[in-house]
Amino acid sequence: MIEIHGLTKSFERRVVLDRVDLDIAQGETLVVIGRSGCGKSVLLKHVLGLMEPDAGSVTIDGKRLDQLDRAQLYQLRMRCGVLFQGGALFDSMTVAENVGLGLSENTTKSKSEISDIVAERLAWVGLEGIGHRSTSELSGGMRKRAALARAIAMDPEIVLYDEPTTGLDPITAEGINDLIVNLRERLKVTAIAVTHDMNSAFKIGDRIAMLHNGQIIFDGSVDQARTSTDPILQQFIVGATTGPLEPL
Amino acid sequence: MVWRLLGVLPQFLSSIRLVVYQMLTMGVRSLPLIILTSVFTGAVSAWQAAYQFQNFVPMRYLGTAVGKAVVIELAPVLTALVVAGRVGASIAAELGTMRVTEQIDALEVMGIDPVRYLVMPRVVSGAVMLPVLVLFSDFIAIMGALVVAVVMVHLPATTFLNGVKLFFHMSDMYAGLFKAAIFGIIISLIGCYQGFQTRGGAEGVGRSTTGAVVIASVLILISDYLIATALFRV
Repeated sequence: MIEIHGLTKSFERRVVLDRVDLDIAQGETLVVIGRSGCGKSVLLKHVLGLMEPDAGSVTIDGKRLDQLDRAQLYQLRMRCGVLFQGGALFDSMTVAENVGLGLSENTTKSKSEISDIVAERLAWVGLEGIGHRSTSELSGGMRKRAALARAIAMDPEIVLYDEPTTGLDPITAEGINDLIVNLRERLKVTAIAVTHDMNSAFKIGDRIAMLHNGQIIFDGSVDQARTSTDPILQQFIVGATTGPLEPL
Repeated sequence: MVWRLLGVLPQFLSSIRLVVYQMLTMGVRSLPLIILTSVFTGAVSAWQAAYQFQNFVPMRYLGTAVGKAVVIELAPVLTALVVAGRVGASIAAELGTMRVTEQIDALEVMGIDPVRYLVMPRVVSGAVMLPVLVLFSDFIAIMGALVVAVVMVHLPATTFLNGVKLFFHMSDMYAGLFKAAIFGIIISLIGCYQGFQTRGGAEGVGRSTTGAVVIASVLILISDYLIATALFRV
């Protein structure tokens, strides 16, 4: 469903993605792990067509993103939901307006239909009855939940998660992981998550890929990742300060 | 951005709610500041003109001089500079914050064109509301000048107002309003562009905000000269 081939991106001579190849099958959840600043979020932005690669391509359902015009790209994006790292909630709107924005701008649904969908999605993420609140009144965990409700408001076929548990306490993070697993089973979505939280990666992923120095150095199932003898992957999983990876 | 803006302009009616909201923010909420600056602009114009006129030009022409200066130059340019400081800065700061917190990316991935959703309503509102503010400014500045003429210069109100009407041409008024519309487009477009180009957190937002005010102010003064030379032939 999503094919990434030879994706290369540099910023001021620093190569962030170096001929990255990844295929994600329909209904699969791929977790991309890697150190902070290794290019995980840049990879996600290429999948969304928010960045143009220096070389290589991203293809979704046979459509190469770099060959689509703006209108076609917007049509394709409407099939995607994204949970941004900081939530990216619109601070000039209430929670309900945030969740319903895509529906009110892109569909002909009536206000009451949108209101029903918003209430349902907020209930799915455990935020019943807070639609009227301003986003500034929400805690970190609630912001992530509200952003997740917005990401799934338009019944997406593809969901992208950018550091879904970063900055959350372990219990709230586990709650977000549970939500992601529940949504995968409920909506049967194809998903890519980028994270450096291994607990989250093992819980939500079907497959794990590790990005290091711009390249995919490991790509396999969760069990293969756990039992891999790759010293870089193992050091990253354990979080050891000694090994091939030096503390930043 | 300009080409993308021209592309989405035909969708203006479908975004009318956003345009009206921006008109309120840009126009109505700027009115108290415009009233304050216009009163004193008119007052100081009358006082300075009277000072220059004494012993050389009959005071019955005081209204003529002030009226011309206000309608053609002072009201459009000073209103534009005040709005650039208030509204241009606020647009750049708001959109800059949206850029660094990924809210603009969020719009993109929801299939909502940020140029249609964020830029077009602001530019249309700038083009419409600045002439409206200038009309208010024209009236209030002349009233401020009238008060100075009557109270300080001891000129009868009818003499001052007859002076305003003496060489008043509607074409002067239209020229002032045309300039205001151009200034409104400059202020909102530069604010949006600076906001969209913001990088690097709070420091970047500060840079964009300052840049929006400085660039818009310089462009207002340059375009004022260019429009003046095009519209008023010597």
